[in-house]
Amino acid sequence: MSGETNRVGLNKTDYVGAKSTLCVGCGHDSITSHIITAFYQSSVDPYKVSKLSGIGCSSKTPAYFLGRSHGFNSIHGRMAPVATGVHLANSSQQLIGVSGDGDTASIGLGSFAHMLRRNIPMIYIVENNGVYGLTKGQFSATAESGSKAKSGLINSFQGIDLCTLALEMGCTFVARSFSGDAKQMVPLLNLAIRHRGTAFIDVISPCVTFANHEGSTRSFDAVKSHNVHLQELGFVQPQQEIKVQYEEGTTQQVELHDGSRLILRKLLSAEHDIANRDLAFARLNEARNKGEFLTGLFYWDKDSRPLGEQLALPARPLSAVGEESRPSREALGKILSRFE
Amino acid sequence: MSSVNNFVITVATANGSGSQSSNNVLVRTLFRMGLPVGGKNLFPSNIQGLPTWFTIRVNEKGFTARKRLADMVVAMNPATASEDMKLVHPGGYVLLSADAKLPESQWRPDVHVISIPFKKIVDNVTDSVKLKKLLVNMAYVGVLAELLGIPESALDATIEHQFGDKSSVIETNKKAIAAGRAYAAEHLKDVDLPWEVAERAGQNDGKILIDGNTASAMGMVFGGCTVVAWYPITPSSSVVESFIDMASEYRIDADGKKNFAVVQAEDELASIAMVLGAGWAGARAMTATSGPGLSLMAEAAGLSYYAEIPAVIWDVQRVGPSTGLPTRTMQGDLHAAYYLSHGDTKHVVLLPGTPEECFEYGQVAFDLAERLQTLVIVLSDLDIGMNLHGATKFAYPEKPFARGKVLSAEQLAAAGRFQRYKDVDGDGVPYRTLPGTAHPTAAYFTRGTGHDEAGLYSENPETYKANVDRLSRKLDTARLLVPRPVADVQPDNKVGIVTFGSSHEATSEARFLLQRNSICTNYMRLRALPLTLEFEEFLASHDRIYIVEQNRDAQLMSIVRSEMPQYSSKCVSVLHYDGMPLDPDFVYEQIHAAEMVST
Repeated sequence: MSGETNRVGLNKTDYVGAKSTLCVGCGHDSITSHIITAFYQSSVDPYKVSKLSGIGCSSKTPAYFLGRSHGFNSIHGRMAPVATGVHLANSSQQLIGVSGDGDTASIGLGSFAHMLRRNIPMIYIVENNGVYGLTKGQFSATAESGSKAKSGLINSFQGIDLCTLALEMGCTFVARSFSGDAKQMVPLLNLAIRHRGTAFIDVISPCVTFANHEGSTRSFDAVKSHNVHLQELGFVQPQQEIKVQYEEGTTQQVELHDGSRLILRKLLSAEHDIANRDLAFARLNEARNKGEFLTGLFYWDKDSRPLGEQLALPARPLSAVGEESRPSREALGKILSRFE
Repeated sequence: MSSVNNFVITVATANGSGSQSSNNVLVRTLFRMGLPVGGKNLFPSNIQGLPTWFTIRVNEKGFTARKRLADMVVAMNPATASEDMKLVHPGGYVLLSADAKLPESQWRPDVHVISIPFKKIVDNVTDSVKLKKLLVNMAYVGVLAELLGIPESALDATIEHQFGDKSSVIETNKKAIAAGRAYAAEHLKDVDLPWEVAERAGQNDGKILIDGNTASAMGMVFGGCTVVAWYPITPSSSVVESFIDMASEYRIDADGKKNFAVVQAEDELASIAMVLGAGWAGARAMTATSGPGLSLMAEAAGLSYYAEIPAVIWDVQRVGPSTGLPTRTMQGDLHAAYYLSHGDTKHVVLLPGTPEECFEYGQVAFDLAERLQTLVIVLSDLDIGMNLHGATKFAYPEKPFARGKVLSAEQLAAAGRFQRYKDVDGDGVPYRTLPGTAHPTAAYFTRGTGHDEAGLYSENPETYKANVDRLSRKLDTARLLVPRPVADVQPDNKVGIVTFGSSHEATSEARFLLQRNSICTNYMRLRALPLTLEFEEFLASHDRIYIVEQNRDAQLMSIVRSEMPQYSSKCVSVLHYDGMPLDPDFVYEQIHAAEMVST
């Protein structure tokens, strides 16, 4: 498979990055490999991609995928505005950002919320483990109330549900997945690559070192036993055949602008419609009340307008705007005459 | 003492009362008559109802810095009328609004107090109660015009210029002015002011009267700024608002698309982060802010310095620390700007002292940021930024934009190996590539963590040291590129004065006053940090150097002490830090007294 070239003539190995320095078995490394797969499958030219991150274990990972893309490991909590700036300077770049729950839900919460309001076109992944790994095991703001830290401390605070928050802030693509679930994550990422707005994916990614013990609500076992799929997701690339046969009435197909197709297969008894924001809230709240990790695509506004469009940015990147943009001598004279 | 074109008028009103356009009409009319004039607005951090003062200074020699006392006060604000009387010097004039109802017992006996019923004057101008409140301000313009001898045609022309095609507004304002004029002609015949206005036709041709913030924004519009991210803060907001205003008219592509982007961010942390993102991706990006915002940007400033990302912060200084006095002026951010961030950092700081330089640095800041691949902080202040200064019409900028060492795909193909942080040219400035460059070796990884020449993560001691030593070399390169100091030097003078930024206006006048008292001084105005060779030579060639600054802690002096300690013993600080614009008499008195002791 890795020897096969994709539609831009690249092998899967052209999408890998530097060797990971994370703990052996870290969920984040699985996410890295799902990203590599999706960008390879979607035949995205690496030079058209900018990788962004904040600070933390998760934020190291952009070094581990798409080695031919520019990467920017920025400031704790500021990935969102840094990405905003990149988009303004060059709106033709495909942005992918990897953040963590500390980076997004604590120090960067304000920036995260406001980026969603502006609909910056980017894939925004939170590698969510409920714990501060690099500083050795403190709770993060997404840790569930009642969860036990490795030190024995019990978290008494309400955990922040980033998907609900994202919906509230007007996010146009809201999904949750599990780091070990390639079958769900890869289609989600393929769809996210094509989304024209912020595609937010909250990925539960257990920390093998500081949150994989008995009592932690984010251990591998806890997540696996509470993981419920909202739907089964499939993604079919342009010109690719649909190989799997689905039972009639159980699946829905959405065709995208480039001829690719998203396939949604119903799993829950409750109805869900990814275009219905109210239902997305309802599903998330039900799951939270039941203590389930409900994963899947909650909401997608396929006609969303990215910031660059709202600002009427030109087709050429602003970074390429040069002296030709300088107003004329007459314009200067006209402005100066206001101050005579 | 009767004098021509040499007086100070202070108008005391409440903010939000609509006096701004009246004051503007008055000051612009004087300007259009060819007089050297400046206007300073002293306003509260408030929307409506608190006292505000506008001071107009006309001076035949062109000195328009703040004077402590006025020749005439127009006291419109009942709440402060009694206090406002103190703003005039003995023998001066107070036009007291009769509506202030200040008992005669509280009138100063040593000044001429003239009570004027402004409300009554505009009573017949309009039926609208709301308009009447605004028009009382035009009534004082009319009264002053009559007393000072400002011709009707001059005022009419300004009003038409200011209000454009709003003919009903023009008519109403003209009527209110005429009513004020008529009142003065009838009731104030006996008032004989000891100073007068004489038209100097053509003297202000080729000049404008402008605030520094607008000039800065113009500079950015013409200087290729494409991305602005900001969080509104006094006194910098009008930099961005003027930019939006002008760019929306003059920076539109043929297809109607905007070749610029402005985002009002959620805070200053985000503003500067957006600027860094945009600068990293190759745009000429800036943010405008003031002290509290600058403090919030410290972490990102360090990233810009260390990861070498072009960025511009336009800091219009106000009084700190903390929220401080948001609507007062100070040069208190020099240290904060120069050293902004934890760790070893020194930034390029530009110090505009005139509206012309605000305009010029609107391009220079980006040229330097991109050439040096680093943060450039421009330190304006409220006095330059928000007050009206006479300036020579800005010359059309001809210089191409300096975009720095950016490698294209073709250059990469020819160059062989690309290493982001390698000092290829020996000037400390490496080469960079932009995202979107279609070449397999174009990509690199930017990080605020330790990195080697290739940009790879490194905690190696030698690598770290070599990297920060290179950044020092880069600052030395900056020394050669920043705007040179402006000097006025006679070889025989042994006393030197050093200023920067808005201290120039008052210090120029102080030098004139000193010279009248036989103290001849040389002068150097710094226009940037890091300090340059010219400055060192200036220090070396004088016996005593007065460093005039608007802060308590002698911030420039302490940079001199740390970087050129051999000269610090002959430097003397002149420090002004009460939030008011620097006044020439203060500078004169300080230096004069010190010179009396020294000689």
